[in-house]
Amino acid sequence: MNVDELVRTPAWWIEEDSSEPGIVVSSRVRLARNIRGAAYPGWAGEEECERIWKELLPILSDLEVLDSPLHAEMGELENIDKQILFERHLISREHAEKGKGSGVVARGDERLAIMVNEEDHLRLQSMRPGLALDEVWKEIDDVDSAVEQQVRFAFGVKLGYLTACPSNVGTGLRASVMLHLPGLVLMNDMNPIIKGMGKIGLAVRGLWGEGTEATGNMFQISNQITLGEREKDIILELEQIVLEVVEHEKNARIRLLQEREMLTRDHVGRAYGILTNAHILTSKEALDQLSGLRLGIDLNILDSLDGRVVDELLLLTQPGHLQKLEGRRLKPKERDRARAAQVRSRLLDAKKPALRRRKSQTSHE
Amino acid sequence: MLCERCSDNDATVHLTQVIEGQVKKLHLCEECASESGFDVEGPTSVTDILLGLGGSTPQEETASVEFERSCPKCHMRKSDFKKTGQFGCPACYETFEDELQPLLKAMHRGERHLGKVPAREGLRVRVSAELAALKDALGAAVTEEHYEEAAKLRDQIRDCESKISQENWEAPS
Repeated sequence: MNVDELVRTPAWWIEEDSSEPGIVVSSRVRLARNIRGAAYPGWAGEEECERIWKELLPILSDLEVLDSPLHAEMGELENIDKQILFERHLISREHAEKGKGSGVVARGDERLAIMVNEEDHLRLQSMRPGLALDEVWKEIDDVDSAVEQQVRFAFGVKLGYLTACPSNVGTGLRASVMLHLPGLVLMNDMNPIIKGMGKIGLAVRGLWGEGTEATGNMFQISNQITLGEREKDIILELEQIVLEVVEHEKNARIRLLQEREMLTRDHVGRAYGILTNAHILTSKEALDQLSGLRLGIDLNILDSLDGRVVDELLLLTQPGHLQKLEGRRLKPKERDRARAAQVRSRLLDAKKPALRRRKSQTSHE
Repeated sequence: MLCERCSDNDATVHLTQVIEGQVKKLHLCEECASESGFDVEGPTSVTDILLGLGGSTPQEETASVEFERSCPKCHMRKSDFKKTGQFGCPACYETFEDELQPLLKAMHRGERHLGKVPAREGLRVRVSAELAALKDALGAAVTEEHYEEAAKLRDQIRDCESKISQENWEAPS
């Protein structure tokens, strides 16, 4: 795999033909599958894992739908390259820590990725920008059916797909949607929603999945229940909830403009001011302020700034991408400086946005 | 507040999860949290941790190690499963069925898989799965006194059963 090439391609979740960032960032479905009769990766030794990786790699590489994929064994990758794959959501943090015998196979467009010997022998995942749960489910269902012709999966009549952790048993399916919800956060309405999600068996996580906090007002909503429901019903239920949350977010944004217009404009204006002028930017501050720009574009406060530039920065300001762009290892403090420089130059290179005035503009030019 | 596991140290890791409308809370010290397989920086859910707690203290577990059940296929012991919350191999699902049942109940919506069945599992599995689902539905219909629906389900069950008796099943491998 050539990770260097990946770094220079835009993130897969950026819509090529839309300059509006929008509320739903991306949709993803993953299936957990295991080989019949084989010990799960966490319990099998390294040798057994290597044997499985060698057995699966040619099968997965030959999948027509993957179209001559990128592939790499974790043991052969530099840490920085693993970090890049993690930041692009192609592998999990857990997988990035694996070595020999674990690997990843991904399509060039990064919308299809298969982790081998993560927690399960196979983690098949399909991703797309925007709300497209049905499409990603259909795609991964087909991939699964193709793999199934050559690999006998661990499957029980009663419990379905037998996964390493019983929390995934049954369908082995986790569907998730990434949402940008600054309106609900600014209106202090997010906590009841997170609580409500828990009650109906959905989990809310941060931008980079399990165990990460919701920086940049990005939230990932996913199903927890995998047994006792059909795949289509899981997908449909999640989609309906997501549509409801999107409605709540839209309403929150309307209220924001009605009740706190000045504060909202100030919030967006400050975000732009900081990002175009700061010389030291932590990763968290960058994500939080970029969220302000995203909101400003959606609310037409920041006119003519391309949302794709902002979304690109969400990725490029991450430690792995930043160090690849700079071409060397950076200590955290050096990263904060390099990050600020990248953000400044990319935002200033982009067409300068007019901060739309409230009423008639009083010009002094 | 003291750790609920060792009762020695202050609890610094607080977990909350809502399962079927019930709020479950767990307070642990960092040491016990990491021993229970909970990476303080990483992902978790209370159910994962509960697995590692059980009713017994670590001392009791060590004492009973020689009588411990283990998987005939992969040799994972009950205590290994409790530590990691993950099984060693697919056969563990049978070996640790007793431990599994309450977990499945807490984590999931039903006790039976209703989704996709691999095509190569063959007709036998698919019909058996269908039959089991129909029987579940029949039970529910009777409980809720939907007798018309129950009659329909009973007919479908008969169809299924006759399919099973007519077919020459491939021997399960």
